Amino acid sequence: MLDFAYRAAAVATACLVAVPVLAQGVAFVSSEKDHALTVIDLKTLAVTGTVPTCKRPRHMQLTPDAKQLMVACGESNAADVIDLATRKSVRRLPLGDDPEAFDLSPDGKTLYVTNEDDGELSMIDVASGKVLRKVPVGKEPEGVKVSPDGATVWVTSEVANLVHVIDTASGKVTKNVAVGKRPRRFALTPDGTQLWVTNELSASVTVLSTKDYSVVDTLKFQVKGMRDTDITPVGITMSRDGKRAFVALGRANHVAFVDVAARKVGELVLVGKRAWNVALDKAETRLYVCNGLSDDLTVIDVAAAKPLKTIAVGRVPYMAVIVE
Amino acid sequence: MRFSRRSCAVALLLALAGAAGAAGAAGAATMTYKVLLLEPADDPRLERSVVERAYLGHATGPAFDGLDVAVKEAQFELDAAGVAVTLERQAVADAAAARDAASRAQKAGVSAIVADLPDDALLAAADATPLPVLDVGAAADRLREGDCRARVLHLLPSERMRADALAQTLVARRWSSVLLLAGPSALDAQRSAVAQAAIKRYGLKLLQVKPFKLSADPRERDLANPLLLTGTASTGSYDVVWVVDSDGEFARSLPYRTALPRPVVGDAGLVALAWAAQFERFGAPQVSRRFARAAGRAMTANDWAAWMAGKAIAAAAVAAPKGPATALAKALPALELDGSKGTPLTFRAWDGQLRQPMLLTDGQGVIALAPADGVLHPKNNLDTLGADAPEKLCKARP
Repeated sequence: MLDFAYRAAAVATACLVAVPVLAQGVAFVSSEKDHALTVIDLKTLAVTGTVPTCKRPRHMQLTPDAKQLMVACGESNAADVIDLATRKSVRRLPLGDDPEAFDLSPDGKTLYVTNEDDGELSMIDVASGKVLRKVPVGKEPEGVKVSPDGATVWVTSEVANLVHVIDTASGKVTKNVAVGKRPRRFALTPDGTQLWVTNELSASVTVLSTKDYSVVDTLKFQVKGMRDTDITPVGITMSRDGKRAFVALGRANHVAFVDVAARKVGELVLVGKRAWNVALDKAETRLYVCNGLSDDLTVIDVAAAKPLKTIAVGRVPYMAVIVE
Repeated sequence: MRFSRRSCAVALLLALAGAAGAAGAAGAATMTYKVLLLEPADDPRLERSVVERAYLGHATGPAFDGLDVAVKEAQFELDAAGVAVTLERQAVADAAAARDAASRAQKAGVSAIVADLPDDALLAAADATPLPVLDVGAAADRLREGDCRARVLHLLPSERMRADALAQTLVARRWSSVLLLAGPSALDAQRSAVAQAAIKRYGLKLLQVKPFKLSADPRERDLANPLLLTGTASTGSYDVVWVVDSDGEFARSLPYRTALPRPVVGDAGLVALAWAAQFERFGAPQVSRRFARAAGRAMTANDWAAWMAGKAIAAAAVAAPKGPATALAKALPALELDGSKGTPLTFRAWDGQLRQPMLLTDGQGVIALAPADGVLHPKNNLDTLGADAPEKLCKARP
């Protein structure tokens, strides 16, 4: 009854103001210490359940057909493949020792995963689960991203402070690009010309040209009242039109909105403790931020650059994947 | 036993030389920086019976292990920069031998010395060479204060940094009245003075300083019996017992044997260290795992310091890939290093000490980090640990 009244009120308000597009769907949130994914309903922004998964789930990605969710588990040395219709694990794909992040080739047939302990990038055939090739890279490789044409894969090494450019056909490192300290994650501009890399210990993003891997720019983040060392950017995502980037500033507990063309940092939105990875919904009206040290997820209203709600999730949330 | 260790070192050197040769062949004339580790001969810290006890804060293996792991894991970065680092080690019996070895190093083509030596041997080595010396084994504050040297960099935190970290933690917990128990050695006296200064600096209340002694003699039971030492007749109630015991045996037996049910801190119970193998954050598990895999033992604070020395040398080599051999000395003090403790680490200009967060551990996990939340500094919060610039304690540095 109450719910009905609330809805009616909401509809009435919606008619008076602009009609808000309410997302239909869920967010899956991986929690490093729960061995489970928390499921959040996008409409109510409430937790509706959990999906048990492999040990220490971190990076997640949808398969190109958007029917399955792949979850990399550091302590299970495997990816859990979760069927979205049933929300049940349908398969375990071995990923080698301590996998952290991965990316899929555009056709979804090959998986590229960084193995932190061995300092390797592994190329894995998704269908057979066989390791096609291992490429030695700098120690503690983390971020991994495949170019839209599938010919190149980029990997960050947290110890070597390098971005490795790897040719997927030959498995050769064609270039090592020095970036900031402890490089973590990538975002590619939609036109494919710029690769953005977050530098956790330099409080910055390095913008690389994908043509010649020259450093186009370095974006420094500043938060009033905080020192450089308190700003540790990790997660990054870009809007589909490539106009805006969203960077989680880690220990600074803020997310930065960045004007991509001007390369200027705009709004800073206060979120929970140690903002880690960020995800946009389809309409790009909401940004979901995982707060690793306050065990919650902050939902940001992108247009207003204001937090809408913070939702308690599992222990040490790592990232969210939005399924609409 | 000693034989096998030496032949193992030779094999390692050969392996390293082979690797360097291969890299050289691939990338034409590569600049190679040679690094010499000076370590104590017949190191009393590494006698089997001592190592087996593994007291918190004590070394459990040679510094070479950490150094070697760091240089090997930097291989990719070094190759990319077209530069190489080779390691050599030499055991020295005393200060005179350390002096001799250091004085010959530069002529032998060495670019930097890593020293895991007692205080006097470290000073003798530093005074005999114009090369930079990276201290990975001496924590005494006098080496950073009255007896500091311009070219010595300290990777291991000083005693004062450890004491400050512990005092900050006690302040954060509001465990403010302290009973201090201090051991009989000269080192204990020094470290007890450092602990007392930290207790004063952070406004804790020092109820009493009591000497203790390891003894089963009934006539000395006032000095040896934990219950009598921690009784409240002369002090009243206390919040913690801070024990200063460089030897470690007494401290190990103190927790759960105090007259009042209070925590023990200092050299047992809760201990402030540069590293703990159980540390879970900032990529630390990967570091500990890589070390354990290579060295076959858990990574201690001393190992972390040696590993950091290797990381510093590799980073300096990458910063100066073309040489000459003296370029390393210039690059080292200006480095910004990643020690997997969550924040970039730099050397203090005023005493050559590496700034770093400290880990408070009970040997099973990391309970807290220092600087504690809310302890602030006008420039860098890490400078709340150890001697700060305005104190001007080291005259040998600007």
